[in-house]
Amino acid sequence: MLNRYPLWKYLLILIVCVVGVIYALPNLYPQDPAVQISTTNGSLGSQQLDRVTQALSDDDIQVKSATMTGNNTALIRLDDAEQQLPARDVVDDTLDDSYTVALNLADSTPSWLTSLSAAPMKLGLDLRGGVHFLLEVDMEAAVEQRLKATASAIRADLRDERIRYRDTQVDDNALHLEFANSEDRDAAREKISQTFGEFQLEDRDEGRRAYLDMTLTEQSIKDIQDYAVQQNLTTIRNRVNELGVSEPLVQRQGPSRIVVELPGVQDTAEAKRIVGATANLEFRLEARPDATDSETESFPFRNGSQRTATLSRDVIITGDRVSSASQGFDQNGRPQVNINLDGTGGSLMNQATRTNIGRNMAVLYIDHSTNTRTVTKDGKQVEERIPTTSRSIISLATIQSALSNRFRITGLDSPTEASELALLLRSGSLAAPIYFVQERTIGPSLGAQNIERGIFSVIVGGLLVVAFMLIRYKAFGIIANVALAVNLVLLIAAMSLLGATLTLPGIAGIVLTLGMAVDANVLIYERIREELRNKTLPQQAVHAGYGRAFTSIVDANLTTLLVAVVLFSIGTGPIKGFAVTLSLGILTSMFTGIMVSRALVNLSIGGKPLKKLWI
Amino acid sequence: MRQFDFMGKRRIAFIVSIVLTIVSVAALALLNLNLGLDFTGGTVVELHYAAAPSLDDIRTLLANSGFENFSVQTFGATDEILVRLQQTFSNDVGNQVVSALSSGNASIELVRAEFVGAQVGDQLRDQSGLGMLVALAGVAVYVAFRFQYKFALCAIISLGHDVLIVLGLFALFQWEFDLTVLAGIMAVIGYSLNDTIIVYDRIRENIRLSRSEDLAQIFNEAINQTLSRTLATSGTTLLVLFALFFLGGDMIHNFAISLILGIVAGTFSSVYVAAALLIVFKLERLDLIPAKKGEVVDDTP
Repeated sequence: MLNRYPLWKYLLILIVCVVGVIYALPNLYPQDPAVQISTTNGSLGSQQLDRVTQALSDDDIQVKSATMTGNNTALIRLDDAEQQLPARDVVDDTLDDSYTVALNLADSTPSWLTSLSAAPMKLGLDLRGGVHFLLEVDMEAAVEQRLKATASAIRADLRDERIRYRDTQVDDNALHLEFANSEDRDAAREKISQTFGEFQLEDRDEGRRAYLDMTLTEQSIKDIQDYAVQQNLTTIRNRVNELGVSEPLVQRQGPSRIVVELPGVQDTAEAKRIVGATANLEFRLEARPDATDSETESFPFRNGSQRTATLSRDVIITGDRVSSASQGFDQNGRPQVNINLDGTGGSLMNQATRTNIGRNMAVLYIDHSTNTRTVTKDGKQVEERIPTTSRSIISLATIQSALSNRFRITGLDSPTEASELALLLRSGSLAAPIYFVQERTIGPSLGAQNIERGIFSVIVGGLLVVAFMLIRYKAFGIIANVALAVNLVLLIAAMSLLGATLTLPGIAGIVLTLGMAVDANVLIYERIREELRNKTLPQQAVHAGYGRAFTSIVDANLTTLLVAVVLFSIGTGPIKGFAVTLSLGILTSMFTGIMVSRALVNLSIGGKPLKKLWI
Repeated sequence: MRQFDFMGKRRIAFIVSIVLTIVSVAALALLNLNLGLDFTGGTVVELHYAAAPSLDDIRTLLANSGFENFSVQTFGATDEILVRLQQTFSNDVGNQVVSALSSGNASIELVRAEFVGAQVGDQLRDQSGLGMLVALAGVAVYVAFRFQYKFALCAIISLGHDVLIVLGLFALFQWEFDLTVLAGIMAVIGYSLNDTIIVYDRIRENIRLSRSEDLAQIFNEAINQTLSRTLATSGTTLLVLFALFFLGGDMIHNFAISLILGIVAGTFSSVYVAAALLIVFKLERLDLIPAKKGEVVDDTP
């Protein structure tokens, strides 16, 4: 029998449609503007929530609900998006510093849908507002930093072994040690080859001087750089978490870049300062008066006076050994940072201070910054980056007794500086300097406007297509329109299921898909009309129309899919969103255009004697 | 149903295509594309004023605050201002611009601030060009595999023609070419190819069915048979694109333009260029009919 589907095909199509509706459904529930509270060391429970809701209602802010969402997080949903900012300030004022308060958009998906793990699409930054950063990790500096650290370790080793060296120098990918004679060098080489396997060692003699050149192997350079990016990723993640942004994104992009997206954040200045900060600390002993120049370095004091102090080149520990840090005040009300060291750091500090009681120890504040300036080179504008490192002493104090893993630092300018230093020490330092290569801030009003306009153009575009199909294909137009509606539902369901992020170009992709999705049906219907003109019987014409149009549809769609995949692979951010929508749209429209519309046609006219088709 | 003699007029179509292509190449070479921030690097700050400001005042304020090489223009509405800066060194340009302009007693809101480093722009430019070539190559391989190499060659020429015309118009009118426009052009490649394949599919089918050697006649029939479909699909797609153009907002305005132009060019080229080129490349019936087994010389000993 012509134009009949077996029952299982109808059932399959029905199941796909029902699943599509279920997973598309969460997108219909609007998201609530909310304020998220989280804490790492304070207690959070109904008591705090009551206090907060009380304070909010005192301020005439409508609270929809206040619930705990985890052990240490709570969510306060609001009725009005306009009140989100004032609400955050109220909550911030009500609770003390140990709580982090952030703006959030909370899903209001009903629980029966969440239990099926259905969730709405995530909105991209261009639709909800926020900050987007692209950071580049300075790979050369990563290698250089490692070389300097190695030089310091080698100097300590050589001194322990009582091998005399003259100088250590660092240049691209290599470390040069200078010795007074080749015996010293050979002894040093023996020692170094045991501990520093990542270097290629080579002897070089110039006159009476003996050098040992240590060059990093290709592989170890790659490892160092890879480690630097990973380490920076972790550090930035820690810092972003400290900022208290809801649903932040910190992701590696390519070999040396990191993407940071902070939805809802409007104050770029603070976000940039925290994300990009490179401040670190070093603890060093003041040099002995009899130390040679090659063993010492001079640094200015931070408080602006002309005083300088000469410190030993060797670092006892750096800020990386800090396990926790918090801001506080000393008995005179000056800001200070309380520091806890980890196990290794504690024993290193103890060792160094125990044997040096009575000497001075300095805390060195290090800040790497990069200035970019545009210069004209060979007639082209080229960006030149000049890395600068400022090192200054924030305190120099006499060691009274052996220090353990717990002590404090004073000499900071302001409480803000103290709390930022504490944050940076807690979250770890960056393994290599980073700089910002891209930055986008999208205001929340622009985001809201983009959504509004996007949805409006989807509706208008959809209605235009529906009207066109009805006028042109009459009864069959209705079938095509039902298929189109199913297509839209399936597309949204697929995007929600895949966790795709909806961006403005993504919405454009949906609109475009609506226009192109009817193509399959247009092809089929034109084929049917043609068959009818050739005096084929209606049932046969429908059968032939679907059959013959099939190869055209597949060929045409596969090639478009190919282009969409290429677009996905070269695109970033919003463009990827467009490519995803386009690809999914092609797949769903093939299903609805061929299968769903056929099923509808078969159901309505299949097996019935027909004289005429209303097409 | 009326039959149009498309192939008879192919010379006129070729002349139109060649003229458009030359104009496009000239526009690209002489005027260059007005590349957007994504590709050039630099800073864009979009501001919303409570009341429409005077652009000259803004320029003076910015110049007095030490900004150089900037351009100020309205964006969509007269109270939306777009400030472009060449400089890239500063960390916090958005807020600096706002504070510089706030001194003029205007109430200003920062809508968005974007900064793109120059290397990122360069890299993106290379990547995009490469991407477009990869897309075209992929398409060529697919068409050669499903049809025959002459079809692939003609499809690629006709796609290149569409892309070139859209790019040329963007250069001619100095519309801003940003990442969304690139996405639009990639979609045009996909769409125009879709059209071309439908026509080719019909040509292949008709060549296999018919005994006639008059290829121009076969092509004409195929194009006429697919014409109503081509127009219907282009029509629905253009309908939604106009909805996007008028209602979608400023950020996807140029995206919509690129697709509208691309679809018009693509429809034209799949009717005239793609099929007519097959005649130029001397497509023969034999190209589509697989060689018979017996004709293969078995030269294994």
